[in-house]
Amino acid sequence: MPETSLSALAAQLAGKQISSRELARQYLDRIAALNPSLNAFITVNAEKSLAEAAAADALRAAGKAGPLTGVPIAHKDIFCTEGWLTTCGSKMLHNFVAPYDAHVIQRFKAAGMPSLGKTNMDEFAMGSSNETSYFGAVKNPWNTAYVPGGSSGGAAACVAARMAPAATGTDTGGSIRQPAALCGITGLKPTYGLVSRYGMIAFASSLDQAGPMAPSAEDCALLLNVMTGFDPNDSTSLDREKEDYTRDLEKPLSGLRVGLPREFFAEGLNSEVAAAVEAAVTEMKRLGATTVEISLANSGLAIPVYYVLAPAEASSNLSRFDGVRYGYRAPEYSSLDDMYCKTRAQGFGAEVKRRIMIGAYVLSHGYYDAYYLQAQKIRRLIAGDFIEAFKTCDVILGPTAPGTAFKLGEKSGDPVEMYLNDLYTIPANLAGLPGMSLPCGFDSRGLPIGLQLVGNYFSEAKMLNVAHQYQRATDWHSRQPEGLK
Amino acid sequence: MKWETVIGLEVHTQLATKSKIFSGSSTAFGAAPNTQASAVDIALPGVLPVLNKGAVECAIKFGLAIGATLNRVNVFDRKNYFYPDLPKGYQISQLAKPIVEGGALTVHVDGTERVIHLTRAHMEEDAGKSLHEDFHGMTGIDLNRAGTPLLEIVSEPEMRSSAEAVAYARALHTLVTWIGICDGNMQEGSFRVDANVSVRPLGQQEFGTRREIKNLNSFKFLQQAIDYEVRWQIETLEDGGRIEQATVLFDPDTGETRMMRSKEDAHDYRYFPDPDLLPVRLDEDWIESVRAALPELPTAMQARFRNDYGVSAYDAAVLTGSRALAKYFETAARACGQGKLAANWVMGELSAALNKADLGIEHSPVSAAQLGALIARIHDGTLSGKLAKQVFEGLWEGAGEVDAIIEARGLKQMSDSGELEKIIDDVLAANPKSVEEFRSGKEKAFNALVGQVMKVSKGKANPTQVNDLLKKKLG
Repeated sequence: MPETSLSALAAQLAGKQISSRELARQYLDRIAALNPSLNAFITVNAEKSLAEAAAADALRAAGKAGPLTGVPIAHKDIFCTEGWLTTCGSKMLHNFVAPYDAHVIQRFKAAGMPSLGKTNMDEFAMGSSNETSYFGAVKNPWNTAYVPGGSSGGAAACVAARMAPAATGTDTGGSIRQPAALCGITGLKPTYGLVSRYGMIAFASSLDQAGPMAPSAEDCALLLNVMTGFDPNDSTSLDREKEDYTRDLEKPLSGLRVGLPREFFAEGLNSEVAAAVEAAVTEMKRLGATTVEISLANSGLAIPVYYVLAPAEASSNLSRFDGVRYGYRAPEYSSLDDMYCKTRAQGFGAEVKRRIMIGAYVLSHGYYDAYYLQAQKIRRLIAGDFIEAFKTCDVILGPTAPGTAFKLGEKSGDPVEMYLNDLYTIPANLAGLPGMSLPCGFDSRGLPIGLQLVGNYFSEAKMLNVAHQYQRATDWHSRQPEGLK
Repeated sequence: MKWETVIGLEVHTQLATKSKIFSGSSTAFGAAPNTQASAVDIALPGVLPVLNKGAVECAIKFGLAIGATLNRVNVFDRKNYFYPDLPKGYQISQLAKPIVEGGALTVHVDGTERVIHLTRAHMEEDAGKSLHEDFHGMTGIDLNRAGTPLLEIVSEPEMRSSAEAVAYARALHTLVTWIGICDGNMQEGSFRVDANVSVRPLGQQEFGTRREIKNLNSFKFLQQAIDYEVRWQIETLEDGGRIEQATVLFDPDTGETRMMRSKEDAHDYRYFPDPDLLPVRLDEDWIESVRAALPELPTAMQARFRNDYGVSAYDAAVLTGSRALAKYFETAARACGQGKLAANWVMGELSAALNKADLGIEHSPVSAAQLGALIARIHDGTLSGKLAKQVFEGLWEGAGEVDAIIEARGLKQMSDSGELEKIIDDVLAANPKSVEEFRSGKEKAFNALVGQVMKVSKGKANPTQVNDLLKKKLG
């Protein structure tokens, strides 16, 4: 596939070199060719996609095209999309056709960007490998014996394989950044509250945040311009002035203070990943940045805190999946309680059930103070570490994940081993800070390595500037997996 | 052994907002099932709650009206449990930081005044309805009510009889309708009472084990349910039994309470702060503007009625039973300048007529101004009480204004003493036996003569004048 940055595609559409319909057709053909082996999409509906593309062409013909009108995008199957199956990767919603559009979907529709389909994901976004999906695991386009990461694994894989020029993802503990790292693309989780959660099926409400996934930081900046904005339907949506996230892309990095958290370069980090990240640090310095060692002293507690808070919220958020009004209902039952038990036992997968049980436990009478309240206190300490760190640096840099992609099935039997994958990404969610991952090399097996940036609140433009300058100086982000069939 | 009853009430009042507490759906009663249930109300995947400011304002009004503490920062929590008419699998409520804490209500029971303290009042959403009839063994779910705003008002366990509980519930009902936060319609479930009832040996400090009677939707049932429950608890204890903590239902047909669930079946609701909603912050300007817009409250108005119109404490309490009634009384009292007389007429003749016709004061055929004019004619001697009742009937029938009715029906009291003297002379002449009896000391005979005079005058004679003239002529 030729290089397909969003700005290049937008220019081709504006110059009438290609129509939105033709562009969508190209991507749909590629999806048809590659999806059987990668399983990145749960739902593809060429007819609907082409109709949306034709509408984009009509918009352009009427002189009403915006910057990205006609550029197609794939949506994570966590976003309710009117008239589309919206499964959240679960048997529980295997038959659920959403009757309304999520706020994020509305924004992409309003921008005239046709949908290429709904991407595969870990069930209810619970997983770091995409193996918990009811619709089967997604394969890593760089090596189909490996996982793409998760939970936005379908989104990352489809972008890496250029089955879509861009995709939406969501990130509760690293679900955009970790798969972006494992698939060699760029992904950004915005400051909590910047993108409306309305219509995004909730996992852990205080942590969930949607963001863009694409080959480059520049692409992500353009997508972020579409996605962000106040939404009165989400009480946690922030009412702030609209920003142009591309505004600082070309700023030089001279004077930039890069914070290197000592805890992120400690035990548990794969040496090849460490080497690639250190090389990226050297590149940043060459571009004019200075480095400062910082400490995120409480970040070691992030995983245990997260695995109290996220399951607590999830156990309640997932209560609505009860078989009463929509979605899966057990075919046979003898009473109301039996209907609930069988529906939820059959409708949810093992990881979802594990987290519901953990969540119900930590919220139960007599344990609430010891687990939930305690975790909330530590959450504030973790956020405090970042606030302190940003007094001495502009952006924090480190690895996105402790290693590169692992083999399918390799960690699925050991939840704790799996959870450790989000060691470096979870702290930003707990603090509500923006974070992003961008490609910074490959390991000896040819699998991508991700570099993570964490910025202060609302510093997305700054992070994108740093990432873009790095990507102008390197070509990791434009490499594509070979030999895909 | 002498027993003491201890009662605390939890009252669910439906707040009179047009839309639901977390969605834009209508709260109107009686629509076809599930026609007032939006994506948020039926808890589709991905939907989020947005707080209705109007519901918060209702809670602020209530807090101010009972002199409570308004928590400047209050928090919504999730109460988790499964039930088919609870779409999200949790109810959004307030546990640790409710909007209202403390406050008190003054009630009148058997002529004495009691102050009942409140523990708290918190905002929450109502559930939908499960319909067990008409579905042939299946259950229907109507989510029109799901998400309707409620204020749950919890009292301290300070009531000691069913009469006190009813007096408190009535005073609360008056207050919430008075300040316009609830329509008070008990048949439609706008005001539902749960009663926590226990008994203990008189003099004992610790409370007995309580049982909670759920969902009482009339004051009569509240009284009956508590009376039955208290008798049952005392009998159980006197028979050597024990009271287990439980939730019970009252059956109006049998007049008995029956067990719904025991303490062992109690849910662990796994409350935690709702992460979809920010803490509610009340700013001082808002509170002050709500305070400024509050109407004069019943307690203040009672004091004023006693002071300005000389009515008794009991009458003042009755007359402030609703804002409409109080306004009616005050308009009538001002029109005639006779507070006590106006109170008697409003609480007597008018109330009786309204009750008989099953009309509310708002729909009284006799206006307050008309009643005032009528009372003025009694006070100036134009009408006797008896004649006034006839004029009242005329007003009720819409026969015109007071003076016109008096004129048209010739109901004016006799003011010509010559005419009256002639009637008296005739009556004395026609009833020599009564005259004889009176003179021999039988007081009753005098009354019979007065009656005769009134009869012959067709009620138009002034009774005082009749008395005076009769005494003079017989004496």
